[in-house]
Amino acid sequence: MRVRDVAGALGLEVLTPQQDLDREITGGYVSDLLSDVIAHAKPGDLWITLQTHRNIIAVASLKELAGIVLVAGRTPDSETLAKAREENVPVLTSQLPAFELAGKLYQMGIRGTE
Amino acid sequence: MLRIFKADLHVHTCLSPCADLNMGPRALVEKASQQGLDVIGISDHNSAENVPAVVKAARDRKLTVLPGMEVTSKEEVHILAVFDTVDKALRLQEIVYEHLPGENDPEAFGPQVVVNEDHDVLGFNNRLLAGATELSIDQVVESIRGLGGLAIASHVDREAFGIIGQLGFIPEELNLDALELSANTTPEEARRRFPQYADCAFIRSSDAHSVAEIGKAWTWLLLDEPSTREIKKALRGEDGRRVVPEGAGSCTSGGQQRAFG
Repeated sequence: MRVRDVAGALGLEVLTPQQDLDREITGGYVSDLLSDVIAHAKPGDLWITLQTHRNIIAVASLKELAGIVLVAGRTPDSETLAKAREENVPVLTSQLPAFELAGKLYQMGIRGTE
Repeated sequence: MLRIFKADLHVHTCLSPCADLNMGPRALVEKASQQGLDVIGISDHNSAENVPAVVKAARDRKLTVLPGMEVTSKEEVHILAVFDTVDKALRLQEIVYEHLPGENDPEAFGPQVVVNEDHDVLGFNNRLLAGATELSIDQVVESIRGLGGLAIASHVDREAFGIIGQLGFIPEELNLDALELSANTTPEEARRRFPQYADCAFIRSSDAHSVAEIGKAWTWLLLDEPSTREIKKALRGEDGRRVVPEGAGSCTSGGQQRAFG
């Protein structure tokens, strides 16, 4: 499943339309502690978070994540989006809270562990 | 003339919902003096309303009280602010209050007691001081520095509310004056654990939430006088001012500490 498919199916708003939305999503991870994401997320994970600080882009890039979905309608500042373009990290936003969004992704077959 | 000051720049009062109710101004000042501290920083969560009382309580003492606050950024990172004057701390408080949503539930978080120097209760603060402001970490640091204060990342060795735990790493552009360590970690241990920050200025403080914890951790500073200007110089290793390593017996000049920015 690609980032594009998930965005379409769940009505996510794509904040970085110029990024590669054909990336394959191989798993999911939910966390707001960036140190935890660095320690435990896997490459190809779609990361669900409410943090909007620009460090999220560096973490996603470092961990080769498929993309970031911000929850509950949160929008990052322009610096975060500029960094996302620089690092080629897709950033999307959902009106749903993290629990609901993770549940829907799970129903679509995305798993956190093998 | 430069001399060594023993400083604990992070002490709460009974205004912080999570602190002991007996943390009144005179009790703090008494304990700080007993611990041989020359300088304490008063830093309640998102408020400075008890700072004037502690400053008054220390008036006839050798102890210097630096007004401050521990601000919670919207990323839930704690940033310590240290000022020279009550007025500046209260100006930061205005900014913080404008961006601090919610109301305290004393049952859930604890009471937030505003007192005078004799620990008479003046009232209860009903803002959600345990909550996060809507200010980004950059806005918090810039607000503090804009008022001439020191901006220090609180307890960076702790995952909860520490900058490294919350944000994974310290953003390079952030103008921090120092990184604070809790009583659990020595600067030496921190430099091993975070080699990428080995050349940053570290301070250590108690983050006391009870009277007994005051002075449990401290920083030796070689200064001309206990002011934020002098402390800033020490954190940057300028003009002979510096942070003196723990256990160092003399004040001979050592390696320079680098502050951010």
